[in-house]
Amino acid sequence: MLLSTRDLTKTFPGTKALDAVNFDLKAGEVHALLGENGAGKSTLVKCLTGAYRRDSGDILFDGRPVFPQSTLEAQAIGIGTVYQEVNLLPNLTVAENLTLGHQPRRFGMIRPRAMQALAEEMLQGYGIDIDVRRQLDSCSVAVQQIVAIARAVHLSGRVLILDEPTASLDAREVAMLFDVVRGLRDRGLGIIFISHFLDQVFEISDRLTVLRNGRHIATHPVADLDRMQLITAMLSHELQHTTSHRLQRSADTSGDAIRFTGVGRRGRIAPFDLTVRPGEVIGMAGLLRSGRTESAEVLFGAVSSDSGTVTDARGAVDLHNPRSAIAAGFGFAPEDRKTDGIVAELTVRENIILALQARQGWARPIRYAEQLRIADDYIARLDIRTPDAEKPVGLLSGGNQQKVILARWLATHPRFLILDEPTRGIDIGAHAEILRLIEEVVARGMSILVISSELDELVAVSHRVIVVRDRTHVAELTGADVDSDRILRAIADPHASAEVAA
Amino acid sequence: MNVHALPLYATILIFLLAYAICIVQFPAMLSTRVIGNLLTDNAFLGIVAVGMTVVIISGGIDLSVGSVIAFSGVFIAVLLRDTGLHPAAVFALLLVVTTAFGAAMGGMIHVLAMPPFIVTLAGMFLARGAGYMLSIDSVPIDHPAYEAMQRAYYVMPGGGRLTLLGVVMLLSVGIGMIVLHRTRFGTNTYALGGGEATARLMGVAVGRTTMMVYAFSGFMAGLAGIAFSVYTSAGYPLATVGVELNAIAAVVIGGTLLAGGSGYMFGTLIGVLTMGLIQTYIVFDGSLSSWWTKIVIGALLLLFIMLQKGLLRLRVSA
Repeated sequence: MLLSTRDLTKTFPGTKALDAVNFDLKAGEVHALLGENGAGKSTLVKCLTGAYRRDSGDILFDGRPVFPQSTLEAQAIGIGTVYQEVNLLPNLTVAENLTLGHQPRRFGMIRPRAMQALAEEMLQGYGIDIDVRRQLDSCSVAVQQIVAIARAVHLSGRVLILDEPTASLDAREVAMLFDVVRGLRDRGLGIIFISHFLDQVFEISDRLTVLRNGRHIATHPVADLDRMQLITAMLSHELQHTTSHRLQRSADTSGDAIRFTGVGRRGRIAPFDLTVRPGEVIGMAGLLRSGRTESAEVLFGAVSSDSGTVTDARGAVDLHNPRSAIAAGFGFAPEDRKTDGIVAELTVRENIILALQARQGWARPIRYAEQLRIADDYIARLDIRTPDAEKPVGLLSGGNQQKVILARWLATHPRFLILDEPTRGIDIGAHAEILRLIEEVVARGMSILVISSELDELVAVSHRVIVVRDRTHVAELTGADVDSDRILRAIADPHASAEVAA
Repeated sequence: MNVHALPLYATILIFLLAYAICIVQFPAMLSTRVIGNLLTDNAFLGIVAVGMTVVIISGGIDLSVGSVIAFSGVFIAVLLRDTGLHPAAVFALLLVVTTAFGAAMGGMIHVLAMPPFIVTLAGMFLARGAGYMLSIDSVPIDHPAYEAMQRAYYVMPGGGRLTLLGVVMLLSVGIGMIVLHRTRFGTNTYALGGGEATARLMGVAVGRTTMMVYAFSGFMAGLAGIAFSVYTSAGYPLATVGVELNAIAAVVIGGTLLAGGSGYMFGTLIGVLTMGLIQTYIVFDGSLSSWWTKIVIGALLLLFIMLQKGLLRLRVSA
């Protein structure tokens, strides 16, 4: 084995990012690493490259335990990494980027010609023919990516980790990159390939490993798997044939529904229809980057729709930006809690009051006593574990941060609340409480759209589930049809979904 | 061919154009005397701008240099007055002090992860205060070596004097070009300006490079202080207020990107000479207020900042 991990464990406050993961990479293979966001892929890579220090477990390189403390040390051991972005310096030439730190010198002075010759030598066998004196940012992204690979291979030479290398490439460039990757594999390098594009995974990899919630789920030769099996492994699906327990209590169809007709955004999500009825939970399932979050952003006006109409009982609803959406009684708890959700430096009180104050307008401040009353009320109702309302929210655990975001929206008494991955990366207790909370507010007539990778969770809370694939709403399951197997089939297979939709 | 060299070409073009206009109006300006004076009068600014160029390319800024020049003058004058040290020894001592001062600021910027603006602002007050501690008044320098240095010049054809100060300035630019364009330290400086996080991932010793960048600037500020003391034959703690801003202006007019990562040492020389040329034109004209220098420099700065914005947009869209 070229590179192995044994019982690799890494914990962050509130979550176990890696839980005793065993992973093996052979020389001369492309090994895909798969999993939804938060599955532990990037944590695993960061432990391998020394960006994170592991809590326990071993990393074995050629059978010997290694302890990389930085990218440089990992490189010296033989592990090179190419990230999706931020690999090279756009303001230097190709040759300078390739040779940075080991430029040929004489009497302390760089020899430009020798440097160019070295750079050209490093690029040999990669099938690109460029003037190495060109500034890097004048090259295409694919060429930049290959230059980054050439540098990583030259400096480390044994293991190459490619983290989403194709995210910003077009089909022709992907083919060019894959030729390079195959060439390196045939030279005996072990290559770890991380991508959300399953077609590419099937095209390039020899074996694949699936992680979920920080745990190793499966490792298989690619030839032994089909898409269905792979997606089943990636998405949480432990209970067979769970059906919605909400079947008996259908949503109120008489009330004031919000109707989205033909809304969408070119390049992000194809136009779709959606009717949101009071007291209804709509689930949205699909793989990462399938168009789930993009749908939510259009629904909330974070990305304005370029087609279609939105109406309710009172007529047209203006959703051209989040402010108008909030004014219309919408709320949106985004997927990336840390960057898009909480304001870490502000206190619990300030975070809870944020949306309510924004809706009132900043010219009419809410009195401090009133703010404190609202904050304390939600801290009690949602059981937010904080010593008091004045603690900066960044110091709370993930689950409690999520509750603060929920409290922020609940304080505005919205009629339609969108929750993007509300339970990701939080502990079991908080998880259950958030699901309970969803049921509670829905019983009072609020509508909720939940986006989740946890199918069982969707099945448990949703009246209806919409399945998104390739930036299109491909199926809608209602009533007795809401079960994980059907959702999985709709996600995986175009033909199956046509049946379901019909 | 290279869009990033465009500001350099623009700088050279503007300088030649401005000089041509000067000559058309005052044919006497086409003389080695004018050129010699241009080099001598702007020697200290040129030297300090060499250090500033490296700092700005690294993505930083050094506000302390004007105060360091004043401190250097007072330091030299007081030591020559109160001790029997030879100027050469005093110069060496001074360069050690200012280089260490720069290195200390660079170290703080890195270790405390503080913005260079704040750290060097503190350095600016500190150096100015240290100058006052040594002397409140102007201290004249009266040393035979100083007279020798002031009289050391080469008479160019046409009667212009290429003075020692002018030569030191040109040498500084030459050394600056080698350091910036031909050493690993120079490439690392560009790397820092291009993106600190990426540079670190690529193996650049960010802390050491940051320290060296500000140490280099401190050394050049000390050397500029020596040049200024030779030029004025005195040390005065209130001298060279705002010279750091002139140096920054010269660097930007010289085509260096204020955001860091892009620029050429040669451009800085042209930037300094352009600023000097405007001054010379005003002297020749005789009727214009010298404040016009500031207005023209302001306009040029605006032009170059807009040019850089345009280039950034080019780079983003490319």
